[in-house]
Amino acid sequence: MEWLQQLVNGISLGSIYALIALGYTMVYGIIKLINFAHGDVFMLGAFIGFYAIARWDLGFFPALIISMLLCAIIGVIIERVAYKRLRNATRIAALITAIGVSLLIEYTVIFFRGASPEAYPEVLPNTSISILGASISSQSIMILAVTIVLMILLQFIVHKTKIGKAMRAVSHDADAARLMGINVDNTISATFAIGSALAGAAGVIFGVYYTRIEPLMGVLPGLKAFVAAVLGGIGSIPGAMVGGLVLGVVETIVSALGYSLWRDAAAFVILILILILKPSGIFGKNAREKV
Amino acid sequence: MSNLLLTAEKVGIQFGGLKAVQNVNMYLNKGELIGLIGPNGAGKTTTFNMLTGVYQPTEGTITFDGKKLNGLKPFQVTKLGISRTFQNIRLFKDLSVLDNVKVANHNLAKHSLLASILRLPSHFAGEAKMEKESIEFLKIFGLDVYKDELAKNLPYGMQRRLEIARALAANPKLLLLDEPAAGMNPQETHDLMELIAFIRKEFDLTILLIEHDMHLVMGICERIYVLDHGQLIADGTPEEIRNNPKVIEAYLGEEVID
Amino acid sequence: MKKSKAFWGFLVLALVIYAVVQGMISGGILDLYYQNILIQMCINIMLAVSLHIVIGVTGQFSIGHAGFMAVGAYISAIATMKLGLSLPVAIIMGAVISALAGLLVGIPSLRLKGDYLAIATLGFAEIIRIIFLNVDYVGGAAGMVVTNMTTWTYAFVGVVITILVIANFTNSRHGRGCISIREDEIASDAMGINTTYYKVVAFTIGSFFAGVAGAIYAHNFFIIQPTTFNFLKSFDILIYVVLGGLGSLSGATIAAIFLTIVSAYLANFPETRMIIYSLVLIIVMLYRPTGLMGTKEITSLFKFGKKGGSKV
Repeated sequence: MEWLQQLVNGISLGSIYALIALGYTMVYGIIKLINFAHGDVFMLGAFIGFYAIARWDLGFFPALIISMLLCAIIGVIIERVAYKRLRNATRIAALITAIGVSLLIEYTVIFFRGASPEAYPEVLPNTSISILGASISSQSIMILAVTIVLMILLQFIVHKTKIGKAMRAVSHDADAARLMGINVDNTISATFAIGSALAGAAGVIFGVYYTRIEPLMGVLPGLKAFVAAVLGGIGSIPGAMVGGLVLGVVETIVSALGYSLWRDAAAFVILILILILKPSGIFGKNAREKV
Repeated sequence: MSNLLLTAEKVGIQFGGLKAVQNVNMYLNKGELIGLIGPNGAGKTTTFNMLTGVYQPTEGTITFDGKKLNGLKPFQVTKLGISRTFQNIRLFKDLSVLDNVKVANHNLAKHSLLASILRLPSHFAGEAKMEKESIEFLKIFGLDVYKDELAKNLPYGMQRRLEIARALAANPKLLLLDEPAAGMNPQETHDLMELIAFIRKEFDLTILLIEHDMHLVMGICERIYVLDHGQLIADGTPEEIRNNPKVIEAYLGEEVID
Repeated sequence: MKKSKAFWGFLVLALVIYAVVQGMISGGILDLYYQNILIQMCINIMLAVSLHIVIGVTGQFSIGHAGFMAVGAYISAIATMKLGLSLPVAIIMGAVISALAGLLVGIPSLRLKGDYLAIATLGFAEIIRIIFLNVDYVGGAAGMVVTNMTTWTYAFVGVVITILVIANFTNSRHGRGCISIREDEIASDAMGINTTYYKVVAFTIGSFFAGVAGAIYAHNFFIIQPTTFNFLKSFDILIYVVLGGLGSLSGATIAAIFLTIVSAYLANFPETRMIIYSLVLIIVMLYRPTGLMGTKEITSLFKFGKKGGSKV
């Protein structure tokens, strides 16, 4: 049952995309900014997890939590320092700033520690379990479990807590939310914190699963996670999850068919098809400019 | 030959499930000056947007000068001879006053892309003609002295006038004015009324205008259509509209018609 | 005719610059290292100006310009190395195919706006790069060996033609149509401008000259590889346009010249270069989002005295 195995690989990859895509989609939903630096927060998360495990001898879960916390702080700092002033700027100015922040993070990391990759230490037992004749690594299952828990947690925060309600209100209409007494600035910061924490978690999971991390590792998964967010309908949380999983599975299938060099192109082909055929994505709503 | 310039038959549009405008029947004769009034949110601007191709009506047909407008894009509608102004002024803010008019004059010029890139004689001739014609339009509106200023630096009233000048430069048969007097003081409004009457005669225009200023509408329009909640509730001469109970009811609490 | 005065002024200036530089090269003042920087500068100016017509003039946010540069580079390299054609023919071939690629990419994606367009162009550029990566005929990931044929003269003539064509285009009814799209697409449409047509025209012209730049680039080094044309290259080009001023041709040119010199000095410190670039990008966007020149041209700086009186 090689196909089942490939499907599990695809879902594992897809759940990493989904975790990153959630941050993209939440931030876009609330301030209409494609946060290009998000992929680099993912990279920082992977490195924080690496240092926590390799240097401080922590286990997987403590490393995951430290990485998520630090990434949340980094996300808030990025928002406060670079993006906050741009709330009323043009979309182009905001996008260029985001590109700038992304490059700054990447090359600052390279400046201080060089561009060489690191090998992630093995923190999770890696035994193969045989299900329906397919051999599936225990890591894959662990990753899936962690992702599902984080997503349930996110759904809980967004739908059941006060800050989640505030986030939904601000993304619907920031001015009206402000008039209703919601602290818009804090809500936006909270969105960045949550999104960045998820990216941090994705970074650690990526490191454990693929074992190789380097300072530019965030670029491509970041772009692909954005594709996932667009595919699912940008601004939609379930959309990001579904989009991430679909993209992961599609990429794995393309590789499995023997076209691994074309794998990266698959994501962009999907992006362009979805942008041209249904720009609002699977779960998105249509927006119309007022004349 | 028929005197009819534009007809709208059972025109309507839906946004999602909401019927913003429905069952609008309208006709405009050549040379008429018609008003379109109604309370806020009645669908006046939406109707304009359907007439100019910005929105595609989901029902009904619009015919202009013998041609069906349904399915045409705004620039195609403009080429056929309908041009407009916007409720919330949409000038090209960072272009000069002259260039704003030149953009609208675009379709009257013939020189090709290649002629411009290679700077062929036809380019220079074409551009010189555009410049001359555009300045003529500015003169009518008393804007020629500001031709090199950026549009955004003009005072508000001048910006409204420039928008009309720009619309006129597109060589329309039908001019749609969306609240041309909004935000103007009584003196400016008075001048504007005279100006509208003048250009109508000078350029042999048909004009449809949305306006909240009842003095202006009642004063210069020959016929008036009244929209409320997306439907036409009345049409007729200013006198008839003034005494129409439905209109008075629609406007109750909005403003007084005198 | 003040416009034609600027035109002749530009030609004279170009001839003077060429004569001076050529004199310095013949006199041995500029060695190969400096000549190479000059060629690099010319390539970057062409890239900057060709992106300027898309972003600065027409207001369409493309971040995939390196893709078209790649098309020009690879097609011209095939022309000289595989088909044995001369460099000028190769440059034209590269540019034409690149313009066709621009047309193909532009027609579907220019219906999109703002962020979505940006991402779509980035996606297309990556697809173009991945195609070259997978075609063994052009060497795949290892790249393609290309003979060094570019001279300072080719590069300079390329710049002059690029600037002339794009300036002529911009200062015409066609260019005004494009600018009106940048200013307000809905109003532009309502004034009778076929916005889709002009967006595609600007995009195609931009791709054409990115192709010229790519062709000259390909023949200036000994090898071209797909990784050269990744989105970092696209961002490099974007920085010229943004820093110079969105809408200013001279601004984009000046930024390209300035940043080429900065790059040359920081050639041994690529990380530092990128940190400086990114900081400049962020700071410019936060404090002067219109770029250094805004939409102004360098020529208008000399007219200030005359214009001051007519303020409303």
